[in-house]
Amino acid sequence: MDFPPFFIDFFGNRLLIAVIAIIHVFINHAFAVGAYPLVTFMEWRAFRKKDPASDELAYKITFVLFVVTTSLGALTGVGIWFSTSLIAPFAIGSLLRVFFWAWFIEWLVFITEVVLIVLYFLLWKRWREGILKKLHIALGVLLSVFSWFTMVIIVAILGFMMGSGKWPADQSFFSAIFNPIYLPQLAFRTAYAMGIAGLCVWFLLFFFTEKGSLLRQRAVRFVSVWMLAWVIPFIAASIWYYHTIPANMLANLGVAMLTQKFMQWHQTLAIIMAVTIGVIIVVAAIGAIKPKLIPSVLLIVPFALGLWLLGHFERVREFIRKPYVIADYMYSNGVKLDELPVFQRDGVLTYANYVTNHRVTADNMVAAGRDVWVVTCSRCHTTRGINSMMTKFTNLYGNDPWDKDAMIAFIHSMHMTRTYMPPFPGSDKEAEALVAYLMQMQVDHKFILGAQNDWTVKPTPATQQPTGP
Amino acid sequence: MLIISKIHSLLAILMIQMPSPGDIELPLPLAESDLKLFLVILFLAHILFVNLMVGGSLLAVIFEIIGLSNPKYDALGKSVSRTITVNKSLAVVLGVGPLLCISLAYTIHFYSANALTGYGWIAVVPLVTLAFLLAYVHKYSWDRWTGDDKRAHIMVGIGAALLFLCVPFIFLTNINLMLFPADWVNVKGFFSSLRVGNVFPRFFHFLTASLAITGLFLTWWFGRKKFPVEESLPGFTRPGLRRLFYRLVFYLTLAQLIFGPMLLFTLPAEGITAVMLIVIFSGVAIVIALLIALSREIDAADTSIGKSFVLVALLLTTVVLAMGTGRHLYREGALAYHKTIVTNQTDTFHSIVVATQMRLAAGLGAGDALATGPTGESVFRNCAACHAVDKVLAAPPLTDIYSIYKGDPQGIVAWARAPGKKRPEFTQMPSFAHLGDEQLELVAEYMLQKGSGASQTTSGADSGS
Repeated sequence: MDFPPFFIDFFGNRLLIAVIAIIHVFINHAFAVGAYPLVTFMEWRAFRKKDPASDELAYKITFVLFVVTTSLGALTGVGIWFSTSLIAPFAIGSLLRVFFWAWFIEWLVFITEVVLIVLYFLLWKRWREGILKKLHIALGVLLSVFSWFTMVIIVAILGFMMGSGKWPADQSFFSAIFNPIYLPQLAFRTAYAMGIAGLCVWFLLFFFTEKGSLLRQRAVRFVSVWMLAWVIPFIAASIWYYHTIPANMLANLGVAMLTQKFMQWHQTLAIIMAVTIGVIIVVAAIGAIKPKLIPSVLLIVPFALGLWLLGHFERVREFIRKPYVIADYMYSNGVKLDELPVFQRDGVLTYANYVTNHRVTADNMVAAGRDVWVVTCSRCHTTRGINSMMTKFTNLYGNDPWDKDAMIAFIHSMHMTRTYMPPFPGSDKEAEALVAYLMQMQVDHKFILGAQNDWTVKPTPATQQPTGP
Repeated sequence: MLIISKIHSLLAILMIQMPSPGDIELPLPLAESDLKLFLVILFLAHILFVNLMVGGSLLAVIFEIIGLSNPKYDALGKSVSRTITVNKSLAVVLGVGPLLCISLAYTIHFYSANALTGYGWIAVVPLVTLAFLLAYVHKYSWDRWTGDDKRAHIMVGIGAALLFLCVPFIFLTNINLMLFPADWVNVKGFFSSLRVGNVFPRFFHFLTASLAITGLFLTWWFGRKKFPVEESLPGFTRPGLRRLFYRLVFYLTLAQLIFGPMLLFTLPAEGITAVMLIVIFSGVAIVIALLIALSREIDAADTSIGKSFVLVALLLTTVVLAMGTGRHLYREGALAYHKTIVTNQTDTFHSIVVATQMRLAAGLGAGDALATGPTGESVFRNCAACHAVDKVLAAPPLTDIYSIYKGDPQGIVAWARAPGKKRPEFTQMPSFAHLGDEQLELVAEYMLQKGSGASQTTSGADSGS
């Protein structure tokens, strides 16, 4: 777990990953997985009904899909690699070793997907007639399948992080892949992607059709029917997923604080799911019956709801895996479960390279506490920014000078009451130092700079010695 | 070679503190050597399209600018820009494979370099996105932004080309920084990491290679029978285009005879090995053959130009393979020493974890904290790969050392901090200054005690777990 600590105080590490990942997931679900089958379907229908205007419309929409998916979509996908390798190299490095072949296949699928996207778009105008047109539609079908395959593989890994199933016991690739949350999550994401893609395409077609035109009405009706068709699978998948999660939660933890907080979010999730499905049904039904009635502005409502649902869904998903980054194997601060007693006995600074103090003494309490903070807290918390330690402790102890002994006791026991927190991976001395630093921070706050900024360390090889049994 | 060993000892003195982190414990999913083979091959496939992306966007806008005074070049620029869409997408997707491999084969080194250049590293994502969007605008507005808008159109092209240049620069900085762990502690952000190693010569080498490879690609692209030269590019002929791009490849390859040595001579000495030099110079020899083949093609008559294209392409591929292999050998050489430190650290820490878990399983509790700190015996694990008690491994045995330094542990400390080279039969000893005086003193005492024969029970070589 020993890497130079990249750290953005204020903005927060988590938010960097979240922003990139949410943009990516949204583009992936709405534009790639959902919209490519939809435009292929549109193209096929235009071909069968000999309707060149609809074909042209599908082409224009595909142009937008092509530009967005091959730039922002592809790059935010790679961006997830980049941001996680900065913030949680220990986690992504471990996941890579477990899932190398899954990711390797994912990569081949990804290459195929991008090649198909490029071919599908660039050949549209060249393969126009007869058998060539049929081939082009087949290309669209193939592209849709490969877009979905990327999701099939990656969701296995996401599911694994939330519940590793039998893997910690047998460490086999297949136990890792077929973790309990995999299939329900895949079903949920697939149905969601198909539904939300309808909204996306609906939005786009307003830019390429004239108000009141027959083409627009036909297109709106077509997209509405598509969305209605996905409502039932979406409801079914939502219920399945919604019920799998608590089962997994209870199996994993189910302790008061976490369960309470989770239950609140879980209920919110249910409400957003229900409202989103309801609004989509209403909008799509009106679109199917009276396509003229829906102005583009109104579409923002289900669209925003869809975004919120996805954001909240990802948030709950991220929450469930806590306090782990890999369930039952590694905590979110990079400490492995089997390393914990070693750090608690010897001190985490003893083994750390990128700190200025390796041992807590009477003279270096605050400075060593700062080092402890960077090693054990900075992956998730900031000092005074988003998700800050100051706020957490102010909420707990108020604005008066904090009580040292109470805080030390809290550090040692926080994981018992706040089960989304990992246990403190340091010695008693280090807990004291950490508290000294926090108390210092309460009166005289300085932002902490990460390894990517100005940064002082004194790496000395850890003073290690095996303690024989 | 004498100079290199001088540089080595100089570096050794400078190498005061080197981070020695442990690695991730889970086993690699495939053999390390296979992983590295994958890495080299997949990287070369990726870099080919990066070259075409960078070279293509530069040439497109250069031709467009020439086109302001000589209109036929505007059409040529446009034709070049049409190739970028596919090449740039392949450059990105093909980048993921080598990224996976390097993250596994060099986890500690690669991720550490990423973190140290953090803002630069993460900036790759928005920069490439923007570059792609500008490239799309440049391509799809070529016929629309004419007249007064032409200047704006050229600016968009220049913008895209500059962004495309920035991104490989950031990657190169990372790949360069990961090779020199001793410098990590001094790096303060992306820009300060440019002082480490030789980023700029590497970048010029890359840039020239990009243009040369794009030149060869375009020789093929416009030379194809299917490409309608007369319709699309009025004023050009197929043989003329072939000659134009062959010339480009020729002069750029000639320029590499300057940039190449510049890169080689500015490389820090750490990773330079004889094998690596042999591979690189074999590459150089093929470059000479390539230049001859190119000049023959350029001088050939219109009817026969392009006949030796396959030969030229094969020669260039061989050069690329040689340089790619040389590059990998340099990395291996540069990291060899630090990798042993990392492996040692991983094993030691693992044994502590296992021992602790065994105690816990036996109901003994975790035991007392490591109050004693390092011992001579534990520090000696850093030395045991080369020094044994009374056997010659890769270095003199402890009995020898005892006879030299008897009663003078500080002598060993001074030597270990900045080793010289006395005995021709052994390789240069690396500096152990990073261990710090406290540990060096402990290990010196331990070595003298072992070397004196006071205790014959354990030899250092088998104390690693």
